[in-house]
Amino acid sequence: MPLALRVAQSLSEAAGILAADPRVTLLSGGTLVMRDVNEGRLTDGTLLRVTDPAWRQMQVSGSRIELGAAVTMAAILANRELAFLHAAARAVGGPAIRNMATIGGNLFAGTPYGDFAVALLALDAQVMVLAGYGSARAVPLEEFLAGRARGESRLVAGIQFNRPVAPGDFRFLKVSRVKPKGLSVLSIAAHLPGSGSRIGQARVAYGAMAPLPFRARGVERALEGKALDAAGIAAARAAALEGVQPVTDAIASDWYRREVLPVHLGRLLAERG
Amino acid sequence: MAKVPVQFRLNGSDRAAFADPADNLLTVLRRGLNDFGPKYGCGQGTCGTCSVLIDGELRLACLTLAASCEGASIETVSGMADGPSLHPLQNAFMEHFAAQCGFCTPGMLTAAKALLDRNPNPGREDVIDAIAGNICRCTGYEPIIQAILAAARTLPAQRRS
Amino acid sequence: MEFRKDLFQNERDDNLNVVGKGVQRQDMPGHVTGRSPFFDDHAFEGLLHLKVVRSPHHHARIRRIDISAAERAPGVKRILRGADVPVNKNTLLSLINFGKDDEPSLAVDKVRYKGEPIVAIIAESEAQALAARALVRVEYEPLPAVFDVEEALKPGAPVVNDTYPGNCFEYHEKYDHQKLRFGDVERGFAMADHIVEDRYQMSPIEHAPTETNGSIAAPEQNDRFVVHSCAQGLFFSLGTAAKIVNLDSNRLHFIGGTVGGGFGGKVDSLTEPLAVLGAMMTGRPVRYVLDREEEMLHGGPRGAERIYIKDGIARDGRILARHIRSYFDAGAYTRLSSYAAIKCTAHLPGPYTIPNVTSDIYVAYTNRCPSTAMRGFGITAVDFALEVHMDKGAEACGLDPVEFRILNAYRDGDMKAHRRVAKNTALIECVQVAAEKARWPLSEEAQRQSSLTGGGGARAEIPATPIDENGRINRPETRGGRPTQTLPAGTMRVPMTKQPIMEGSTENRPSAPSVPQYEPYRPATAAPPPPPPPVPASRSAAPPPPAAPPVPPPAGPAPASQHGAHRFSSVFGTRRR
Repeated sequence: MPLALRVAQSLSEAAGILAADPRVTLLSGGTLVMRDVNEGRLTDGTLLRVTDPAWRQMQVSGSRIELGAAVTMAAILANRELAFLHAAARAVGGPAIRNMATIGGNLFAGTPYGDFAVALLALDAQVMVLAGYGSARAVPLEEFLAGRARGESRLVAGIQFNRPVAPGDFRFLKVSRVKPKGLSVLSIAAHLPGSGSRIGQARVAYGAMAPLPFRARGVERALEGKALDAAGIAAARAAALEGVQPVTDAIASDWYRREVLPVHLGRLLAERG
Repeated sequence: MAKVPVQFRLNGSDRAAFADPADNLLTVLRRGLNDFGPKYGCGQGTCGTCSVLIDGELRLACLTLAASCEGASIETVSGMADGPSLHPLQNAFMEHFAAQCGFCTPGMLTAAKALLDRNPNPGREDVIDAIAGNICRCTGYEPIIQAILAAARTLPAQRRS
Repeated sequence: MEFRKDLFQNERDDNLNVVGKGVQRQDMPGHVTGRSPFFDDHAFEGLLHLKVVRSPHHHARIRRIDISAAERAPGVKRILRGADVPVNKNTLLSLINFGKDDEPSLAVDKVRYKGEPIVAIIAESEAQALAARALVRVEYEPLPAVFDVEEALKPGAPVVNDTYPGNCFEYHEKYDHQKLRFGDVERGFAMADHIVEDRYQMSPIEHAPTETNGSIAAPEQNDRFVVHSCAQGLFFSLGTAAKIVNLDSNRLHFIGGTVGGGFGGKVDSLTEPLAVLGAMMTGRPVRYVLDREEEMLHGGPRGAERIYIKDGIARDGRILARHIRSYFDAGAYTRLSSYAAIKCTAHLPGPYTIPNVTSDIYVAYTNRCPSTAMRGFGITAVDFALEVHMDKGAEACGLDPVEFRILNAYRDGDMKAHRRVAKNTALIECVQVAAEKARWPLSEEAQRQSSLTGGGGARAEIPATPIDENGRINRPETRGGRPTQTLPAGTMRVPMTKQPIMEGSTENRPSAPSVPQYEPYRPATAAPPPPPPPVPASRSAAPPPPAAPPVPPPAGPAPASQHGAHRFSSVFGTRRR
């Protein structure tokens, strides 16, 4: 049977529908799901729309930021409080896509898409997950992505993370061959507390350097207690490739991604914060 | 499979169509309502030739679930001219040779209108960002950029009138 | 835009109505209002939608096709298989009797590239056609595949295209490649002071028009079918569709001409035949549009090419001999690659006057998407290779690369390797203007050179030319053979030994022709070391001006007026007057 459509008024209703039927596909901005429909990869089951306004709410004033999963890239770009995330939001598509694509949907995008999730990974984001009726449970993004890879189906209600203390502590870079908009050769997000003097508890994440966005723990270790001077950057570059498993796709080969990653990491770290 | 009714305003007129539940807006506009202005180019959000304005926001019709447009106001290139008088962007595209095959033109004009509607005085970089999601394969980007900048220059006079 | 009025004044008419003036295009109002009628911009009551099951394998035998579940799916009106296609084998240039039919509309026993169509579903909506497509079951037996042009031509390579079991296109039922022979390259190489050889490669390039290939076919009341088509060559597509669905061409009414980007990718009639067949079978309008992925998999690209060039150059920079061997990657079926190799051969050795030229241009079949026309196909890649090679040649003899081109450029009155006299040549002037724009200093002698002078005379002579039977179809003993005879100087044409036979006479040929190995050049004596690289600002050794005095072009054959039929005649191996 061709696809059916259901509409849920609330997030918990949607979570219940999702939990009850594995053939239900949740629709957020549509940029991933409708493509699968258009190309005939998704031909049966049910699409689920959610009209709950809570899904698009934003709490951005304090140090703890809470974003509904259906917040769009355009909404982030329109918010001055989220200026540190503008580079990551702008990395997603052109203006039309940014008016549609949501931060929750980005967590489900396969390589070489999903650059915004890379930024969230470096920010140590918690994913607010609804697994059936009931209240949301916070899951670290890294754990959530691993679950996604195992095929777990859960409704993302929202995302929470701490605002970086200094604006220069958070950096994001997307490398693509077509400017100003193109698919990722790779993307790098770095949260560098203490970037003005000595780094402590750095979190660095890569996109397109593995099947999922993934944390560059070698770089994080190499930066611990270091300044972002030539020696600190050299140490980070030396550890840049630890654990990477880049894909070979139409955009770049595994080899090319490995070759250019340390160069771009070095440039990102050398930016003046 | 039951069809679902969809009603919205299209270029200022109330329109209604029956759609398959998972139909995208582009299919409903083109095959349901015979508005052939927006084009199918990729079905995956890459080319931008299906661009439309939904409640004033630039969207891709091929990735928009038609049923989600209930009650919305939709603008396409087909409604851009006011009767016989063309929109300043349309005039500028003609004057600057900003179309070759014409297939990306509906999306380019719509993306440009979305820009000028909120920023009547854009710079070159603003224009480039505004059409970043629209692909022209005859590679005439420069005349398109020039046409949009030229149209913006004519806007203040137009708006005073 | 700048018009160089100082160049070729007597060849230009300044009294033109359109050229050089800004004239509004008549299709522009339609484009900016979204009203230009592209093929898909037509409403039909009861429109059906066609979607195609495609091979996931590069090469496989089809064991079984099960459409029973798809036939019962909601909205499905008709399912087409290979047996439903009246003439399920075609080659595009069969309309001009060139080449053998080799490509099915729907694969029957084998698939030969990933994306090859197998089954067509016609349903009430696109969604229903897609849902039914997912229910078709095809059992495959994967076969070894070959993706490299030279691997494909080796003995024992997997046979890609059963119509051409040697994995190469066959020219005039006679040769496994296109040949060009002019003068004696071996003698030229022996006389040369420098030998420069290298290998070049270009990958396939997809046109990616913003409008994908598609068409809508609908029954008309007068027993005809109207077809709204994206075709770049509308009547070419009409003829192709008429042949495949076995209708007289006057029963097809093709409407088109408004094309959303083509660049050569809309000459293959990818959708028209099945859309017409669908309309015939259902009595309803049928729309068949490729999605973007299908456009990439099934819509042919500019084919890949591998090119080997060997030059023999005198110490003073004159190129004495040039040998070119090139392989076009046709993909799994011919489409227009056979013509690409002809265009390539006609272009060699580039815009230079070289007294000894040979080339062997192969069209090889591989398990890739069939390649086709694209902007200058047959020319672009070899031009890239030739011009990179020119730079290497200049470096080998220590010459400025721009002056090296002027020295070797063809001039009016020169004999080209195809035994036609060059006229309206302009390379020297182009290079001079480019150097000026790039602020690249040229010697005074180079600046004085002109395409109008210095050509002809000795440069207009046809040299004695050894010819050979290498690559003769079905004659393995001709591999690597010596020249069979030498055509005396001045020979314009080699008489055909027989009329070319175009259709199917060598099907089921026992042995696959293979290709001789190209021996890397081993000079008998060590070449002198290359002099230091030239410094453009202060060159001492400018090339000498050509020795021959300006002479009027020789009488030669009267140049006929150029038109399409004339150009295509090279396909037949005969030249019309």
